Parts: sequence; structure tokens; C-alpha cells
Amino acid sequence: MKILVCISHVPDTTSKINFTEGDTKFDTNGVQFVINPNDEFGLTRAMWFKEKQGANVTVINVGGADTEPTLRKALAIGADAAIRVNTVPADGFSVAKQLATVIKDGAYDLVIAGRESIDYNGGMVPGMIAGLVGANFVNNCIGLEVEGTNAKVIREIDGGKETVSTNLPLVIGGQKGLVEETDLRIPNMRGIMMARKKPLTVVEPSSISGETSSMSFEKPAPKGAVTLVSADNLDELVSLLHNEAKVI
Amino acid sequence: MEKDILRGGQFLVKEIECEDIFTPEDFNEDQLMMKEAVTEFIDREVWAKKAQFEKKDYALTESCMRQAGDLGFLSIAVPEEYGGMGMGFVDTVLVCDYISGATGSFSTAFGAHTGIGTMPITLYGNEEQKKKYVPKLASGEWFGSYCLTEPSAGSDANSGKTKAVLSEDGKTYKITGQKMWISNAGFCNLMIVFARIEDDKNITGFIVEYNPDAPNGITMGEEEHKLGIRASSTRQVFFNDTVVPVENMLSTRGNGFKIAMNALNVGRIKLAAACLDAQRRVISESVNYANERIQFKTPISSFGAIRQKIAEMATNCWVGEAATYRASKNIEDRIELRKNNGKDSHQEAELKGVEEYAIECSILKVAVSEFIQKCSDEGIQIYGGMGFSEETPIESAWRDARIARIYEGTNEINRMLSIGMLIKKAMKGHVDVLTPAMAVKDELVGIPSFEVPDYSELFSEEKNIIKNLKKLFLMVAGAALQKYGEKIEQQQQLMLAASDILIQIYLAESAILRAEKMAKKDGEDSAKEQIAMAKLNLFHAIDVIETAGKHSIISFSTGDEQRMMLMGLKRYIKYVNMPNIIELRHIIAEKVIKENKYCF
Ligand SMILES: Cc1cc2nc3c(=O)[nH]c(=O)nc-3n(C[C@H](O)[C@H](O)[C@H](O)COP(=O)(O)OP(=O)(O)OC[C@H]3O[C@@H](n4cnc5c(N)ncnc54)[C@H](O)[C@@H]3O)c2cc1C
Repeated sequence: MKILVCISHVPDTTSKINFTEGDTKFDTNGVQFVINPNDEFGLTRAMWFKEKQGANVTVINVGGADTEPTLRKALAIGADAAIRVNTVPADGFSVAKQLATVIKDGAYDLVIAGRESIDYNGGMVPGMIAGLVGANFVNNCIGLEVEGTNAKVIREIDGGKETVSTNLPLVIGGQKGLVEETDLRIPNMRGIMMARKKPLTVVEPSSISGETSSMSFEKPAPKGAVTLVSADNLDELVSLLHNEAKVI
Repeated sequence: MEKDILRGGQFLVKEIECEDIFTPEDFNEDQLMMKEAVTEFIDREVWAKKAQFEKKDYALTESCMRQAGDLGFLSIAVPEEYGGMGMGFVDTVLVCDYISGATGSFSTAFGAHTGIGTMPITLYGNEEQKKKYVPKLASGEWFGSYCLTEPSAGSDANSGKTKAVLSEDGKTYKITGQKMWISNAGFCNLMIVFARIEDDKNITGFIVEYNPDAPNGITMGEEEHKLGIRASSTRQVFFNDTVVPVENMLSTRGNGFKIAMNALNVGRIKLAAACLDAQRRVISESVNYANERIQFKTPISSFGAIRQKIAEMATNCWVGEAATYRASKNIEDRIELRKNNGKDSHQEAELKGVEEYAIECSILKVAVSEFIQKCSDEGIQIYGGMGFSEETPIESAWRDARIARIYEGTNEINRMLSIGMLIKKAMKGHVDVLTPAMAVKDELVGIPSFEVPDYSELFSEEKNIIKNLKKLFLMVAGAALQKYGEKIEQQQQLMLAASDILIQIYLAESAILRAEKMAKKDGEDSAKEQIAMAKLNLFHAIDVIETAGKHSIISFSTGDEQRMMLMGLKRYIKYVNMPNIIELRHIIAEKVIKENKYCF
């Protein structure tokens, strides 16, 4: 089985978020980048297929050279090969199209993407690639097993879960549940040493432009300060709730 | 052509360019990945369980060690032939740094196992010994401990009473004696034991296997109840006719003291590294607290008193990094050089490479262990009353820090060693101290120039000061040596003062070169906090050096000689464009406070 895991290179959740160029661009200064958590769950599940079922695992990212450390980390964790499509992503659609080109060429049986990346939270790439390459698609996956060309996928639905049976080739949008947080792997030293020797292929992008562009970003309003009202001053409390919080 | 690598101790008599030193900014992609992997492991498995370590959960320390083994962290420095990664010395130091910050309990277990528990075999073992034991230690299947200290033999390590007696058939030794303060004793499978054969002048090293089910005359004391590193196993170990095959002698008879000392050289620089990440964590925790704690309707991080602490803590940490990684790379390069010259085996090269920088290793051990002490102390102060509570990570950091000044040779012993070794190097002609010392003497009797040079270029004055501080050291040490000759070693207070000067010079120079290297690469504006830290540190260094210099000069000179030297002292510590250190501290603190963590 040939597996392709899509790896998004995203800011660490503890990063301070700022924007530049008149609030139209994310400021990457001083930001630590990591493998998108949803993709990491997928990668870890892919490692299971590699170890238990002999799958071959390639990881892919659409991005500039600055994303290579993230791909190297995926190699250190155990992926066999990496591909970087050498272009800075314009939007979800352009990323999906770039990925679709590689997927068609590589004849992958299973494409594991994250349900969404935690930077822009577009959540559209996996569905779009499935559409573009004509593969089956299950989103919000919290469980995945493959036997022959059949896949059993568990997906999260509101308040419960659904087990789906489908065939390869398949694209999934994965999330926590594919594996648990405690299953996530820390690259071991041998893995880090091996990563350098594994192929990281840079492919030039096909000429695709984005169909959308960001006009501006806004941060949520900062949380207000807490006002403490003494327990015996109900009048003030009522007045504050009415005049300031405007909830009563 | 290969660049001449600076030899150990030579920093004192040579001018060094910033391009010649390695800094943490020079980590390559692999090293960054290692740092990230180690940090992820520590955050997840150790830092998250900090409270359990404080409850003396020895089993947790052991299980974390096993996990570290699975991830390959115990085998970094071990050659590939013996199941290790065979990585470079900088890699070794880097892993030791980032693995050690969360708790001294784990860091001690890690250090005792990978350093003094494993290194004596990789450095001094013969082929059979290495094949038999090192792979097990590298993987974490077995854990090692190091039994040198005895009730009556601490700093005087060669005075141990433990005996090793050869059997009549000449096939085994029987070891009998008492060891104490043995780290990892509670879960070790192998011990490096030092014992005396007959009335030998020097002790001998042995590899002793330990299996609790077949104890072979070995009994363990109870766990010691300690101020800090509470989940690090520390016990007495008693040997009663413990039978050890003759093949398990390490190196040759009587070579144990040398093994013990060389294992400690490596241990010292690693201990310095092990005190770095603890500082980063304390600083990050403290600044986060200071940003959240409101008093007088203001976050306390906006108070000058707190900002001063934050700036000083960050500066020390950053300076410690600069010096530690600089020396690590020197050691790595020296090892490579020796390996490539074809004369040395890997083992020999490693041994000689580290030995070469024994002075720097002592300097670093002392300096960085004192930095973490100060850092955690000020951390508590920033937390106020909360800092005194077991619930904060600062309290245990403070207790854990204390041991670093004691083990791997106390800081007094290391201070004196640094000077003692320098004198030996000078006598052997490895570091020519004499010529520059004579030059300084001539300069002193000459008329000083009153022209102020052009100091407009970044660090031009500071680098000149470093040059002068080196002269100052040579002036003081040269005169003292002339006065006392070899008996100088008995003048301990003088030796300590001299070592303070030496330490400050090494650190201040490392910091300035690190900042200069950054400024040259990224521009002075991007490096403005680093420049501020280098200058702030130099300013303090001058203060320390002035005091230590004065104490020394007054102690051994009189009359004209004394007057001349005091004038020399004044001349050599002159800082024309003295920086406003209050402003420097604000620049540094501002950044740390904004980032809400140690961010350099
Ligand atoms: C938690 C812990 C773990 C340890 N782990 C190990 C281990 O794994 N293996 C091991 O072998 N040892 C271990 N040690 C022992 C440690 O290395 C010694 O405690 C240390 O070397 C100091 O020896 P001492 O305690 O006997 O102090 P002493 O040597 O008695 O020193 C007491 C004081 O006198 C000073 N002093 C001693 N001699 C001189 C001198 N010549 N000139 C000036 N001042 C001097 C010292 O600096 C110190 O201030 C450990 C100790 C502790 C506390």
C-alpha cells in the first residue's frame, strides 16, 4: 500500500499571533512551526500501517524551503520519503490542486490529510483533493483500518460515531482518535540521523494560482479585566450587569 | 588549510575572532531537531510529572531513563561499534543541556549514567569490556553508577580505603569497602568501582556487575534524604568480598585516579550544560509569573526591581550558553583533529581532546553551577511568597540547583584546579604565559598612552578591555608565581581570586564574541538585546575582577611593587564609554517580558 500523508507546516499553538502589511499577512517572526496536529495523528497512524502492514509512507507539503525542517521531522519519525512542492500556498484550493497533481502521478492508494490545519482552519483541502483525483473521501476520521482494497473508517458525527466501509483509493480527513495523543512519536536519535539520508524531493509547482486572497485579518478582542464586586453589594452587581455587560 | 585550533588555556594569551567560536546560533538542522525532540520528551514525560519527582518517586526516574534509552538519548556519545550514535561532542552537550532542565533528579540520573557511569568504559575499557558492556549501557538495558567517594575520601578522592585483593589463583579480585553518595545505586546493573590494590599509591578502577538477586557481597544503604534532586537514587554501597574477574580491571593497575579525573573532566562541561536549560525554564516560569502577578494595580514585571532580576538572569544564562558551546566545539574539533592525524584511536582522541580543555571544563562547571543557583534564587524572589511554596516549580529548582556546586568536584576544588592546571600547562610550555607576562611587565613600567583610540566600531572598546583583563591576569598571576613558586598552591585564597579573574575573562570574551557574531550576521539592531547582555556581563566581570585583583595584589606585594600593580589594575579595567547598565537591563528585560519566556 502506498500512503501519502499531507503535512501542513503551522505555528505552534502557543505562538503569539500578529499580522503585518496592514493586517493582511501573518507575521512569522519568532514563531515556532510544527507539524499540524491533525496531520501528526494521521502520520502516526500511517507509521502503524508501515510497521504492521508493510505500507510505504511518503509525506508531502506545499510550501517554501522554510518548511523543510517539518518534513525532516516527519522523516525522522519514520516516513520513507518526502516531497515538497516548491511554492508558497495561496489558498486551500491551490494547495489541493498542487497535491492532486502529485497524487495522480504517484498512484497512491491512501491519502491521509488532516481534517483542517490549525493555522487558517480552512478545512477544505482533503475534500477537494478527493474530488480532483476522483478518490473516495471520508472526513473527520477517528479510526482507520485497511484490508486489501477495502477500508473501514470510523468518523465522528455529532454526538456519536459512524463506521463506514469504502474502497481504495481513498482520501481521509483525519483528527485525534486516529491515534491518541500518547501515541504521538518523538523522533528518536537514530531516526534523526536516518532522516538526512532519506529522499526529500523538491518538485516545481504546476501553474496554478489562488482563487481567493486575504483582504485582512482581525484578532479577537482581548478579554476584559475582571471586576470584583463584594458579596454584599448587590446593587452594584445589578448595575454593572445592566449598564456594562448589558445582559440584564 | 586547516585552521589552527586554539589549545586549552590559550584563550588567555591569544586574541580570538568571533568567526572562530561556535555559538548556539550555529546549530545545524539536525541539532535543532535533536533539541526539539529532547525538549518534547522532557516536556511530556518529565516536566509534566515534576510533582511526582519531588515526592521521591525513584521508580519514575528509572522509567524515564528507560524511555530515554528507547529514544536513543543515552547513546549519543557512544561510538557506533558499541551500539551508540557516535555523534559529535557538541551534540552530546546539546542533548545533555536540553534533557536536564526539568528536574535535577532526572538530570543527575542521566548524567551519572551517560557520563561517569559509561564513559570510563568507552574511554579506558579494552575491546572485550567495551563489547560486553557498552551496548547494554547505551540502550538503557543496563544502568551504570560510579563509586569513587567514600566516607573518608571525598575531595581527596585518591585516599579511598576500599581494597581489592587478588585471589591465589590470580583469576579474581575481592573488593571490600564502603562507598557513599552513589548516584543511581538503587537501580544500577553495573558499577565503576575504585579500590586500592595492596599499598599502591594510586587507586585502580574495576567494572563490577550488580544483580540484586545474586548480590555477590554487595549491599545497599537506604536512600539518602536530600535537600534536592529528591527522586535521584543516592545510596551507600557496601562491598564485602565482592568477587570481580581480573578481566574487569579498567585500564591498568594504579591508573584509577587518572580514570576518575578524566571522567570528571567530561562530566564537568556536561554539568555546566545541565545547568543551562534549568535556567531557561526558571526564567520562563518567573517572567510568566511576573507578567500575571498584579500588585499596586500593575503587573510586577513592569517594576524596575523585577526587570533588573529578569535581565540579570537572562544575561547569565545566555553567557553560560556562549561559553559552554564555545568550549564544546573546541573539544569536538580537537577530537576530530587527533582522529584524523592517524596517530590516535577514537578512544585516545576523545580522551586527549577533552583533557586538553580541562581548564575550560572546570571554569564552566563553576560558573554555570553558580548561575543556576543565582537564577533560581532570584526566581523565588520574583514569585515572592509563592516562590517559597512547594507548589511552584521554582522551589524545587532552587533546591536542585544546590548540588551542582558540590558534585563533580566542589567549586572550590575546581577553582583551584583551573589555576593549578594552567600553571602546569605554562610550565610544560603548552601555553606560553611567560612571554606575555614579561611584556605586561614592560608595559607597566612604561608611560601609558593617554590617547583614546577610536572606539566607534561595535565592541572595539570591549574587546580591548578583554585584552587588558588578560594582561591583568598575567600581571597578578605572574607576580604571585614569582613570589611563591610551586608553593602557590598552598595560597588558596589567592588561587581562588585568580580563578575568579580567569572565569570572568573566559565568560566575558565568549559573550562578546557571540553577540558580535550575531550582529555581524543579522545586523546590530536584530542583536540589540544580545549586545546589551554582552556589555552588561562585561561590566559585572570588571567589578569582580577589580575586587579579586585588589585582594590578590595586596596579599603578596608591598611598597612600589604594590603601587605599580594597583596602578596597572586601574589601567587595565578602564572603560571609557561605560554603558548605562540600567538602560541595558531595560532593553534585555523588555524583550523577555514581551516574549513571556527566555527567548535568546
Ligand atoms: C547527591 C550527591 C550525589 C553524588 N554522587 C556521587 C556519585 O555518583 N559517585 C561518587 O563517587 N560520588 C558522588 N558524590 C560525592 C561527591 O562527589 C562529593 O560529595 C564531593 O566530591 C565532595 O566530597 P565530600 O562530600 O567528601 O566533601 P569534602 O571533601 O569533605 O569537602 C568539604 C568542604 O571542604 C572543601 N575542601 C575539601 N578539600 C579541600 C582542599 N584541598 N582545599 C580547599 N577546600 C577543600 C570542599 O570544597 C568543601 O567545601 C555525590 C554527592 C552527592 C551529595
